[in-house]
Amino acid sequence: MAEKESKKELKKKLKKKEDKKAAKREKKSLMKLQRMIVTNLDVYYGDFLAVQDVNMEIRPKAVTAIIGPSGCGKSTFLRTLNRMHEITPSASVQGSVQLEGVDLYSDDVDPVEVRRHIGYVFQRPNPFPHLSIQENILAGIRLNKQKLSKEEENELVISCLKNVNLYKEVKDKLNQPATSLSGGQQQRLCIARAIAVKPNVLLMDEPCSALDPISTRSIEDLIVSLKSQFTIVIVTHNMQQAQRISDWCAFFNVTATGEPGRLVELDKTDTIFNSPNKKATSDYINGRFG
Amino acid sequence: MLKIASKTSGIIILTTLALVVIFLSIEAVPAIFASQDALRDQIPWFANSGDHNIWQYSIPLLFSTILAALLALLIAVPLSIAVALFLTYYVPKRISSVFGSLIDLLAAIPSVVYGLWAVAVLVPRLSGVFNFLSRNFGWIPLFHGPVAEPPRVLLTVSIVFAVMVIPIITALACEIYSQTPHLNTEAALALGATKWESIRLSVLPFGKSGIISASMLGLGRALGETMAVLMILSPGHSFSLSVLMSGQHQTIAGNIAANFPEAGSLGVSALITTGLVLFLLTFIINFLARKVVDLPLKTKRRKK
Ligand SMILES: Nc1ncnc2c1ncn2[C@@H]1O[C@H](COP(=O)(O)OP(=O)(O)O)[C@@H](O)[C@H]1O
Ligand SMILES: [Mg+2]
Repeated sequence: MAEKESKKELKKKLKKKEDKKAAKREKKSLMKLQRMIVTNLDVYYGDFLAVQDVNMEIRPKAVTAIIGPSGCGKSTFLRTLNRMHEITPSASVQGSVQLEGVDLYSDDVDPVEVRRHIGYVFQRPNPFPHLSIQENILAGIRLNKQKLSKEEENELVISCLKNVNLYKEVKDKLNQPATSLSGGQQQRLCIARAIAVKPNVLLMDEPCSALDPISTRSIEDLIVSLKSQFTIVIVTHNMQQAQRISDWCAFFNVTATGEPGRLVELDKTDTIFNSPNKKATSDYINGRFG
Repeated sequence: MLKIASKTSGIIILTTLALVVIFLSIEAVPAIFASQDALRDQIPWFANSGDHNIWQYSIPLLFSTILAALLALLIAVPLSIAVALFLTYYVPKRISSVFGSLIDLLAAIPSVVYGLWAVAVLVPRLSGVFNFLSRNFGWIPLFHGPVAEPPRVLLTVSIVFAVMVIPIITALACEIYSQTPHLNTEAALALGATKWESIRLSVLPFGKSGIISASMLGLGRALGETMAVLMILSPGHSFSLSVLMSGQHQTIAGNIAANFPEAGSLGVSALITTGLVLFLLTFIINFLARKVVDLPLKTKRRKK
């Protein structure tokens, strides 16, 4: 019963003209609702069908990894989960993506609002170069036009930085430009920036591929620690990484260039890596690929 | 190889600059050291001004020059930024490239043509606007009446300057804005920024120093512009802020062009002195602009 109520609230929140006060009040209960369901999803770039007929369920409060050879449409698919693909003028989508029963592609849903609820972390760290570390974390809050007092802001900044294990390293230089940090620190800052707005779901596209092994390790630990709070979907080309951090694993494949990418198999990570159902999956896992 | 080439060309540019300064200074010497009586006897327009020496004569000119150029930038920069953002982010590529080449064309029109257009088309149409400004905002010193009729005044000059430099600044701004890294804009959009918010959060900060440089280029053109001033302005010699009144202002470039043909040798020397002042002004402005562009970086470094 309570869940049904919350669903209604979420639906209302995603609508273009939301009641800001009610939204704020309901934020807490929304945190529980993080399941995504993708049905018959096709993604096009112009006439080119890049990803075909994806059906999958993304479990709440778990890490779902997306693996597959490069060019199979992992990034393309991930970007459709919060309508980021709409930034590419030629990209279009058929099918549906639901967040707890609310179709993100229905006419009365505002893509800007969707992105406020489903965060995104990019392959290359991209903090705002002209803003300080603190202002980077507050950027999303300021966009939401949430009014926080100075203390609340400071509290939020500190809790987000602690959440991404960055606080100790930067606590004396919160007002310095974000670009003064190392690549790994910048990426953790970007994750902090994404979770500062308390999203329902966090999407990450190869967040470690531009980082050294040590930074990679600390981000992996971070992702595992964040799944108690958020639903996480992570694209990675690193199978060990998928094995280390994910609970569920989706294998995408593409048969030839020019062909669309497809979801081959989605299962518990253990199952995918130890006893996959499809031959293509085990071929890929065991390096017998292409 | 490239290093040597760039080094020599750098040296050539610097020597040329130094030579220009030296030449101007040598030519200016007679007027700088001439007695007040000599200046008044030999230069009619100096006598009319009632000034005591050539520096005193230069300052009102300098004042008007800066005033006209600043007003022009005040009009031109926001408009240019708006047009550039619109063309880069709100208009389909095909249309914006057509407009882009049109703007490049506008930037290449010689200033005489703008001057003619101003006299024939703009001046008669501005009376109404200026009267409105003066009637409603006359309490601002800038808009004190009575408004000259026809309005051959400094604000008209500034508007024409603005029209001249808008294509230049816009073209550069388009170039700068289109180079904003995708990463920055996407970072904003992924946080739930609207298109305008993402522009404010990524494009504008990225383009800031470039826009300042572009504005300086525009300012340079406005400071040195001659024809439009000569054709439009009814000159004066004062420190008046009233840019709607006639007979108040004259720019350095306009003054040189107006008086040069009739000038005797001391007159030429006096005009060259004012030219030297203009040269120093552009030099200082460029220096300050560089400071402004570097400023954010500097404070960062100091905080470390
Ligand atoms: N902006 C785009 N325009 C056109 N085609 C694209 C674009 N981005 C990706 N593609 C194509 O879509 C397919 C999937 O790409 P992508 O999602 O980047 O793969 P992955 O992330 O798995 O390496 C590729 O064939 C790629 O060429
Ligand atoms: Mg990719």
